[in-house]
Amino acid sequence: MTNVAVQIEGQQPALHMHAPDAPASTVTHAKGQQHPIKLYLVVWGWLFVLSTCSYLVDFFGIHGYLRAALILLFMVLKAGLIVAVFMHMAWERLALAYAILLPPVLVLVFVAIMVFESDYTHLLRVIFFAAST
Amino acid sequence: MAETTLTNPQQPPQLIGGLRGIAADWSSDQRAFKNVSWGKAMMWIFLLSDTFIFSCFLLSYMTARMSTTVPWPNPSKVFALHIGGQDIPLILIAIMTFILISSSGTMAMAVNFGYRRDRTKTAVLMLATAAFGATFVGMQAFEWTKLIMEGVRPWENPWGAAQFGSSFFMITGFHGTHVTIGVIFLIAIARKVWRGDFDVERRGFFTSRKGYYEIVEIMGLYWHFVDLVWVFIFAFFYLW
Repeated sequence: MTNVAVQIEGQQPALHMHAPDAPASTVTHAKGQQHPIKLYLVVWGWLFVLSTCSYLVDFFGIHGYLRAALILLFMVLKAGLIVAVFMHMAWERLALAYAILLPPVLVLVFVAIMVFESDYTHLLRVIFFAAST
Repeated sequence: MAETTLTNPQQPPQLIGGLRGIAADWSSDQRAFKNVSWGKAMMWIFLLSDTFIFSCFLLSYMTARMSTTVPWPNPSKVFALHIGGQDIPLILIAIMTFILISSSGTMAMAVNFGYRRDRTKTAVLMLATAAFGATFVGMQAFEWTKLIMEGVRPWENPWGAAQFGSSFFMITGFHGTHVTIGVIFLIAIARKVWRGDFDVERRGFFTSRKGYYEIVEIMGLYWHFVDLVWVFIFAFFYLW
């Protein structure tokens, strides 16, 4: 165990672990992530700023496509910061990053299917049930 | 011995990067995730499955909202609070968002101090995270109470489409359950950190295995995921 402790002391954050010419950095992970506390505080600050921005979208009552675009933009930026820095995905090997991040993206196919499906349901309801509601 | 090999794998001398690295890792012998312990890999895979669960909830909400012919209640008004003589839209939800983000911040720092083997700071930061989480659940209970008093039910509400109530209770209820479990998990691990289990390598009660400070990071992954899910709920359910 002292062996591990010694290696923790010696680790520097390796930002480009997947770079082929960085053999020394490959041991970083299993021995623990070491990043300056300031990095977390900066990300924390940005998350506050982005949350305030998305709240202001509602507060000022922005509507239509601009509203949707802004909400999605701030959402994706916040999610990206949390996953990349707080969850340390930016420093993982690509084999793990792709295995975890790619499948949720494929959910977008499901979203597209359900958009068509609910449009169709809506159409049927308007045609056949609109009078009764 | 086997335990040591699995939890603290010795790295092969060189690993290739880039796309070739992905192919090499996945086609290699024994393990695809080269420098990640089994505990962390399994937490990531669990979180992936949880992502699908929440995706299905948000998708069913989207389908209900898009296909109904009755107007959807305006969340900006539904979740407004009457403070100082005027209605402030979504203010409670905004405060809950900031609380959850702050808890993620303290958690990230707890992980950092854990790897520096500073057990006092780690435990204190984890307990702060748990306190933020408990506050969040408390505010959610307040929000539920307020809505139920106003007549929101899974099958009806005073403002519009009936599916509003069922979507709301399902999505926020499941998220609140995750936060609650996270708080319990945090307190359990913080107790072990405080006691110094990971410094003296005390064996676990159930598993009889040695613990390492890595469990703080694995715990952190779960907690950040709860925050991450809230980012999506906030965007799609409350703001949209």
